[in-house]
Amino acid sequence: MTDISPTPAAMPRTHGLSGSLLTESPLMKSRNAAEARFRSYGIAAIVVALLTLAIMLFTILRDGTSAFFQATLSYPVLIDGAIVDKGGKADPAEMAKVTTISYARLLGDSLIKHLADKGIAVEGMTPKEVTDMISKDAPARLRDQVLADPSLVGKTINVNAFVGGRIDGYMKGRLTRESSANDSNVTPRQLDMADKMIEAGILRSKFNWSFVTAPDASDLRPEAAGLGVALIGTLYMMFLVLIFTLPIGVAASIYLEEFAPKNWFTDLIEVNISNLAAVPSIVFGILGLAIFINFAGLPASAPLVGALVITLMTLPTIIIATRASIRAVPPSIRDAALGVGASKMQTVFHHVLPLAMPGILTGTILGLASAIGETGPLLLIGMVAFVTNYPAGPLDGGFLDPASALPVQVYSWASRSDPAFIERSSGAIIVLLILLVIMNVSAILLRRRFERRW
Amino acid sequence: MYDTPNSTEASVSQTHIKIAARGVQVHYGEKHALKDVDVDILDKTVTAFIGPSGCGKSTFLRCLNRMNDTVSVARVSGEILLDGEDIYDKRVDPVQLRAKVGMVFQKPNPFPKSIYDNVAYGPRIHGLTKSKAELDEIVETSLKKAALWNEVKDRLQETGTGLSGGQQQRLCIARAVATAPEVLLMDEPCSALDPIATAQVEELIDELRSTFSVVIVTHSMQQAARVSQKTAFFHLGNLVEYDATQTIFTNPKDPRTESYITGRIG
Amino acid sequence: MSVGILSLIILALAVAGFFLGRSRALQSVQGDPRKLHSLPVYYGQTVFLFTAVPALLLMAAWLVVQPLVIDARIVGQLGPEVAADPSAATLAMEDVQRIASGLDALQAAAGLSNDEMRKMRADLSDIRGRMADVGVALGAEVNPKIFEMAKDFRDMQRGGALMMTLAVLLAAVAGFVWSVLRIKADFRARNVSETFVRWVLIVSAGVAILTTVGIVMSLATETIRFFSIYPASEFFFGLTWNPQFRGGSDLGLIPLLWGTMYITLVSMIVAVPIGIFAAIYTAEYATPRVRSVVKPLIEVIAGIPTVVFGLFALVTVGPFLRDYFAQPLGLGNSGSSVMTAGLVIGILNIPFISSLADDIINAVPQSMRDGSYGLGATKSETIRKVVLPAALPGIVGAILLAASRAIGETMIVTMGAGASAKLDLNPFEAMTTITVKIVGQLTGDLTFDSPETLVAFALGSTLFVITLALNIFALWIVRKYREQYE
Repeated sequence: MTDISPTPAAMPRTHGLSGSLLTESPLMKSRNAAEARFRSYGIAAIVVALLTLAIMLFTILRDGTSAFFQATLSYPVLIDGAIVDKGGKADPAEMAKVTTISYARLLGDSLIKHLADKGIAVEGMTPKEVTDMISKDAPARLRDQVLADPSLVGKTINVNAFVGGRIDGYMKGRLTRESSANDSNVTPRQLDMADKMIEAGILRSKFNWSFVTAPDASDLRPEAAGLGVALIGTLYMMFLVLIFTLPIGVAASIYLEEFAPKNWFTDLIEVNISNLAAVPSIVFGILGLAIFINFAGLPASAPLVGALVITLMTLPTIIIATRASIRAVPPSIRDAALGVGASKMQTVFHHVLPLAMPGILTGTILGLASAIGETGPLLLIGMVAFVTNYPAGPLDGGFLDPASALPVQVYSWASRSDPAFIERSSGAIIVLLILLVIMNVSAILLRRRFERRW
Repeated sequence: MYDTPNSTEASVSQTHIKIAARGVQVHYGEKHALKDVDVDILDKTVTAFIGPSGCGKSTFLRCLNRMNDTVSVARVSGEILLDGEDIYDKRVDPVQLRAKVGMVFQKPNPFPKSIYDNVAYGPRIHGLTKSKAELDEIVETSLKKAALWNEVKDRLQETGTGLSGGQQQRLCIARAVATAPEVLLMDEPCSALDPIATAQVEELIDELRSTFSVVIVTHSMQQAARVSQKTAFFHLGNLVEYDATQTIFTNPKDPRTESYITGRIG
Repeated sequence: MSVGILSLIILALAVAGFFLGRSRALQSVQGDPRKLHSLPVYYGQTVFLFTAVPALLLMAAWLVVQPLVIDARIVGQLGPEVAADPSAATLAMEDVQRIASGLDALQAAAGLSNDEMRKMRADLSDIRGRMADVGVALGAEVNPKIFEMAKDFRDMQRGGALMMTLAVLLAAVAGFVWSVLRIKADFRARNVSETFVRWVLIVSAGVAILTTVGIVMSLATETIRFFSIYPASEFFFGLTWNPQFRGGSDLGLIPLLWGTMYITLVSMIVAVPIGIFAAIYTAEYATPRVRSVVKPLIEVIAGIPTVVFGLFALVTVGPFLRDYFAQPLGLGNSGSSVMTAGLVIGILNIPFISSLADDIINAVPQSMRDGSYGLGATKSETIRKVVLPAALPGIVGAILLAASRAIGETMIVTMGAGASAKLDLNPFEAMTTITVKIVGQLTGDLTFDSPETLVAFALGSTLFVITLALNIFALWIVRKYREQYE
C-alpha cells in the first residue's frame, strides 16, 4: 500500500507490515515461539522451586517418621525382691541404692528365660550377646518405674524395653547385614536372633511417645534420645519472647506511628529498625554472648538468654508489622475520638489499638514462627550443650536452667556420628514443622476472623 | 442508529471503508459496557468519538486493536472487519493486528529508555528494517512527522522520560507512527497536555490524516470539531449518532446529541 | 528472697495502690467524680506506676551491677599481680564461683546453717571429697585462700541480695506513699499518667537504638582487644587460617572471605534466575487463581527454618552431588562443598527474590505495558524490553539484599559447606565461611583472652560491616526506584 497524496511531512508507507491478518508471517511464527519459550521458563522456574520444596519435605518425612516408632521387646519380668529390694522393707530410700546394673541383670536374665520358654534357640550366642541387644536405657526406665511404685516388687510385669539402636536400625532398614559386617556394636547372630524374636512376636515396632518427651541421650544410646528438654526449652523461649516483644513492639510502634515528632531522634530509630531487620542472625548471637552472658553474667544455655536474643532479633520485624496494622486504621477514627474531646493517649488506647489488635497479633505470631526456627544465635549462647535434666518449672527459676531448643537439637543430632541420629534429627524437624503449621494456621484464622475492610 | 457510510460530504465520499464494525457488544464482568455498535470508519479520515465519561467511547476504541484482550474480565462479541478481515477471527494474532492498528494513550507513556530506542522499539520488534541505516531513517522520519525532530535531534540517546509532557506525547505519537500502521487510534491524546502542546498535537493529527485513518477519542467538543471529519456520539454504551462532523455540530438529529453539544448533559 | 517473689510482691503492692488511689480520689470529692480533674482510674494508675516502675527498674539495675561489683572486689583480694593479668583473674574467678556453688549444694544437702558454713576450713576437712558427694566435681584440691574467697563471695552475694530486697521494697513503698499522698481533687492525674506512658513508649522505641549500640559495642570492644594481641594486617590479608590451641595460630581472613563469596556466588546463580522468572510468571502470566495458589506455596519455602535446609544439604544434596557429579568428574569426594551449600542457600533465597521482584514488577505502571502492547509487542517482548528495564533498579536492590542474606547465612554453611579453610576454585571442594568460623570459635569452652576466641568478634565485625553496607546500598536503590513511580 502506498500513499497517494503525500504531504510534505508525510512518510510514504514503505516499510509497514502488509499482508492478510489471517495468515501468520514467518517472523510472527518465530516471535510466538519466543513467547512460548519465555513463558515456559517462568513455569519451569516455579516447577523447580516447588519441586525442591516437595523433595525436601518428602525426604524429611521419609527419614523422620520412623523416629516416632521404636523397636521394642515385650516380655514378662519378675521384679525379684531379692535383687531390687534386699532389705525387703519396701523403703524407697533403701531401694534407691540399687543401681541400674542390677536392673540390667534382671532384664537380661528374664529375656533369656523368656526365650527359653518360647523355645527360641540361643545357638552359639553367649548370654551377654543376647542381653546386649537390650538398650542401655531400658534398666534405668525399669528402675524409675519400680521406685515410683514399690508395690511392683514380687510381681511379674510385662516390660516394654527398647532394643539397641543397631537392631532398631536393622528393623527400619537403615542397617543391612552387609553394612553391619564391620560394625563392632552388632553381630550377625544378634540379627538372626532379632529375626526370630520378630517372628515370635516378642520384638515389635511400637509408637514411641518418649521420643517427644524424653531428654536427650548420649551417642551410645540413640534409641533413648528424645526431644523433651528441647521442646520445653523452645516453649519457654517462645513464651518469654511473646511477653517481651508484644508490649515493647506495640509501645514502640504506637510511639513511632502516633506520637513521634519529625526529628533526628525519630529518624535515628527508623534507620536502626530498618537496618536491624537485615543484620545476620549470628551477629545477635555474638551480642547475646558478649552482653547477656559475659557482661550481665546470666547463665549460658538458659532459655531466658535465648529469649532475650531472639526478642532483639525479631523486634524489628514485629515493629514493622505492627506499624502497618496501626497505619491501616483510618484517620477518621482518630478524628472522631479527638473530636469528642478524648486526649491523644485515650484515642490511641481506646480506639486505634483495639482496632489494630488482630493485625498486631497476626504479625506477632508470624514473627514468632520465624523466630522459633532460629538456630545460629542459640549455638553461641550455649544452647547446643548436652542437657539431660529437664529444666525446672517456670516459677522455680526454670527460665535460668540449662535447656536446649528444637532447631538446635536438630543440629546437634545431625552432627553426631551414628546414622541413627539422622532419623531423630528429621523426626525433630517434623515436630518443629508441626509447631510452625499450628502457628501459621492460627495466624491465618485470626486474620480471616477479624479481617476488616475500610 | 445513524449509519452513514455514504456521506454526502465531498471530502470523505471518495475514500473507502477501512474498519467496519457490526453489532459490537462489550461486557466488563457484569457490566454491559457497549451495546450493539455499528460503525464504518473511513480511510484517510479523522474520526472523533465523543460523549460523556463512561459512555463506552474508549472501550470501543480499545476493541479496534484488541487492547481489551489484556483485560481479563472483558468479553467482546460482534464483528469488526479491517479491510474485510475479521480481527476477532481465531487465526488473527492480536500482536500482528496491533502493528497495523497503532495506538496513542491518554497519558504520555514513554518507555524508560532513550528517545531513539523508544521510536525504534516498534520497527525492531516487528523486524521492519534490515540495517541500522534504515532504522535511523525511520526514527528520523517518524520524529519529523511527530514534529519533534528539531527539538530532540541532538539528544536522541537521552531518556524519553526526561522530556516535557507535550514532547513526551509527541514522542509516543512518533513511536506509534514508526511501525507505519494503517490505522492510528488515539485515546484522549491531549487530556494531559497544556494548550500549546495540544495545538501542536492537533496540527499533527491533521497531517497524519494524509497517511492513516485516525480515530480519536476526545472529551473536548471543540477539539472534535477542529480535527475530525466524521464524529460519533456515544451515550451510556450506545452509539447515538454518527455523521459528518459538521452535521453533528450544526444539525444533530438525535435530541441527546443536541443536549450534549449544547452542554446540558455530560 | 527470689527475684520472682520480689516482683510479685511489688506488683501486688502496685495493684493495691491502684485501688487505694482510686478510692482516695473519690473520697477527696465525697464520691462525686465530676469534681475530679481526671477520671478516677487515672489516680489509681499514677499510684500503680509510681509504685511498680521505679522499684522494678532499680531491681533490674541491681541485678546487672551487683555481680560486677562483687567480681571486682574478689579480684581485688587476689592481690595486684593477679588482678593485673586478666587471664589469671578470670581463672581464679571461675574457681571461686565453682567452689561457691559447691558450697551452696553442700549446704542444701547437709542442712547446715550459715554460721557453720562460715567456720568450715579447707585445710581441715576434705572439701573436695564432700563436694563430689553432692555432685560438684572439682579439678584439684581446694586452695585455702581461694576457699576463703569463695566464702566471702557467698557472703557478699547473700548480703547483696538482702540489700537489694530491702532497697527495692523501700523504693516501692516510697513511691506508693508519695503518690497516694499526692492525690487531691485538682491533681492532674491523667496528664501525669499520660506523660509517664509517653516516656514508656519512647523508651520502647529506643530499644532499637540500644540494640544497635549493644551490637556495635560488643563487636568493637572485643575486636579492639583482638587487634591488640593479633596484628590487624595479618588478619585482613592473611592467606591461611590455622588456629592452634597452644598459640601461634594463623588467623587470616582471606580464605574465609573467599569461601563466603564463592558460596554466595553459587547461591545467586541459582536464586536469581529462578526467583526472577518465578516472579515474572506470577506477576505477568498467571491467572489470579493460579497466582493465589503458587505465590503462597513458594513463600512456604521462606517459612521453613534454615536448620531444615542445613539437614537437607547434609543428608540429601551433599551425597547426591558427590555421587553423581564430583566423583564421576574426578573433582573430589566430599559431600560438604561450596556447591552443596550454594545450591541450598540458593533455594532458600528463591522466595525472597521472587516476592521482592514480584512487588517491584507490579509497581511498573500498567500504562508502560499498554504502550508496548499498543505497538504490537508480544507479552514476552513487553516484559523483556519494557517491564524489566523499568524494574531493573528495584530488582538489583532485591538481588543485593538476597546476597547479603546469603553472606550472613549460618546453619546451611555450617552443615553443608565443610570446615576447612582453603583458597580453591573447585566448587565440589569443602570450604568454609566467616559464619561457620564464628560458630566454630564461639562454641565449646571459651577463654576470652586468647586470639582464637577473640577472632570470632573480628569476624563478626567484618560480617556486620559487609552486610550493613550491602543493605544500606540496596535499600537506597529500592527507595530511589519507588520514588521514580510515585
